[in-house]
Amino acid sequence: MIVSFIQRAVMQGIPLLYGSTGEIITEKGGHLNLGIPGIMYVGAISGVIGAFLYEQSAETVNPILAVIIPLLSSMLGSLLMGLIYCVLTITLHSNQNVTGLALTTFGVGFGNFFGGSLIKLTNSDTPSIALVETSKCFKTPLPFAEKLGWVGELFFSYSFLAYAAIIIAIVVSIFFNRTRKGLHLRAIGENPATADAAGINVDRYKYISTCIGSIIAGLGGLYYVMDYADGIWSNNAFGDRGWLAIALVIFAVWRPNVSILGSILFGGLLIAYNYIQNLSFEQQELIKMMPYVVTILVLIVISMRNKKENQPPASLGLSYFREER
Amino acid sequence: MSKSASKSHEPLFHVVKRASIPLWQSLLIRAGAILAALIVAGLLTFFLTGLNPIDVYATMIDGAIGTEKRIWNLFQGIALLLCVSLAVTPAFKMKFWNIGAEGQALMGGLAAALCMILYSDKLSPAVLMLVMVVTSVVSGAVWALIPAIFKAKWNTNETLFTLMMNYIATQLVSYFSYKYSVPKGSGSIGIINSSTKIGWFPSILDQKYLLNIIIVVILTFILYVYLKHSKHGYEISVVGESENTAKYIGINVKKVIIRTMILSGAICGIAGLIMVAGTDHTIATDTVGGRGFTAIMVSWLAKFNPIMMFLTSFLIVFLEKGAIAISSEFDLNSSFSDIITGIIIFFIIGSEFFINYSIKFRESKKEAKSK
Repeated sequence: MIVSFIQRAVMQGIPLLYGSTGEIITEKGGHLNLGIPGIMYVGAISGVIGAFLYEQSAETVNPILAVIIPLLSSMLGSLLMGLIYCVLTITLHSNQNVTGLALTTFGVGFGNFFGGSLIKLTNSDTPSIALVETSKCFKTPLPFAEKLGWVGELFFSYSFLAYAAIIIAIVVSIFFNRTRKGLHLRAIGENPATADAAGINVDRYKYISTCIGSIIAGLGGLYYVMDYADGIWSNNAFGDRGWLAIALVIFAVWRPNVSILGSILFGGLLIAYNYIQNLSFEQQELIKMMPYVVTILVLIVISMRNKKENQPPASLGLSYFREER
Repeated sequence: MSKSASKSHEPLFHVVKRASIPLWQSLLIRAGAILAALIVAGLLTFFLTGLNPIDVYATMIDGAIGTEKRIWNLFQGIALLLCVSLAVTPAFKMKFWNIGAEGQALMGGLAAALCMILYSDKLSPAVLMLVMVVTSVVSGAVWALIPAIFKAKWNTNETLFTLMMNYIATQLVSYFSYKYSVPKGSGSIGIINSSTKIGWFPSILDQKYLLNIIIVVILTFILYVYLKHSKHGYEISVVGESENTAKYIGINVKKVIIRTMILSGAICGIAGLIMVAGTDHTIATDTVGGRGFTAIMVSWLAKFNPIMMFLTSFLIVFLEKGAIAISSEFDLNSSFSDIITGIIIFFIIGSEFFINYSIKFRESKKEAKSK
């Protein structure tokens, strides 16, 4: 029971972890990307489109191609979304909140549109988008997991994308704290004018960090649809997870390594209502409120304690125009 | 796409902030952006569906304003969106990024719906309506006040705070949807008082949406005057321009933040009331339907001018209704409208750059291209 609870919590948490790691990279560069929910949708649907076209065209599904094609198409989709955001906010100095929200409207619409119309557009005769074969390839667990009993189930039963999420989060956190490039990026997020004066190419860093952030966030969408949902796309099933990923960024006080544990906690809070006995429907709805309440509490506490290292990047949300100094 | 300046000694072009721009020029740039967006959207539709873009636009216009009923629906849609946009505007002008309008409107709607459920047989219709108005306004205002207090006292990030408040409001609505669901356990409330129509806005001249539209029109003018010609409005814009200036000239910034957010939330509450009592006659988690977020774009695109906001919300609602017509006509998913809206907004946001900045090219023989 407890093992299966943790296992489900991790599976719920992984998309959030991807989303929050991506958003942390973006925010460290000083850009509040509220388009993350849309980007995650696009990441998911692009992977689905790739896999769908491949499954429709191939006679037999080659497991390696079945993983690589959706992976690449998902990354391409989220990269394009990231680029739209970059061009508008970095090159054209437009308002980040407005651009991000427009990106979310667009991305969610894009996901639901193709999710609902893909079959008609490709004149296919399948009744629904169920990429069971592809999903199987994604979900291949480690071979020795079953032999290890509950330890195996707890630690080794996930798919490669789940481990990748954790590795990416650790790498990103090392990148921020231990490398010169990470330091540069943080400097830009705190004060782009100073970073510029120090000879750092602000725009290039911002472009790269935002695009990489988008790609990582998009993988969260891919994980959700291929792994968690067994390759079955249904519109709006992804729900508010993108916003929850942004919440997780605050919860983790802009540290990807903290957000590994945070994502599992959020995942647990998301499914807690299933594991508490004798809950009525309305009480379940109240329990589902928990992740958001916790986030607000964290937000309040960090602003009240006002510790320097726990604050959002100082120039978060402001666009940088060199000649305005 | 334009490229940032290269590392050579003299860049190909550089960007200068414009001091001002003639009105006609800025309108021209915006019109150009919308036109370009429509062309891109038309091409996209063509590639997806293989339909003649002109047919598609004809369907779109017909879908938005083809019949008298559609025109009423169009204006009703504009009224709802405009009302939420009006609500977020004072806060935005103050540079308080209230992205919680969705939740604030939902709380207003929830309060109205609960009054309808609980007091329909206890109070007389007129008193009930009064109670509904008061409770929705208060609930919307309270939902906005909470983040405002923390912002004023501890400078808590309001964007993220108000965002989270949306989902708490959603869960509260879904809690009450189960609590009062008809039939029990279905999770949806259904039309409240469908036979007695107690707590519904009355029809005027046989038009069920006319009262909604009138309320929003009045609100628009009040807010225009409030922002442009009142002391409060002036204080809001000073705080928005520079908090330090505001402190220096003796404006109590905390008080302005809290007062403005109460106003913002209260108007959201009215929007919620209109959605419940004047439109849906029920409450569900999707009653506000993302308008809280779209409103931010509407308000920003109109440069926080309530009269201009009518035009921007007209544009967005028109596209929405038109795109819905396309998708039902050609049997596509209705989210098509979100894609079109997204594209148009990208273009308009992008065009702002050319209004605020001008590009100076290096004097050279080479033909330089900016885009």
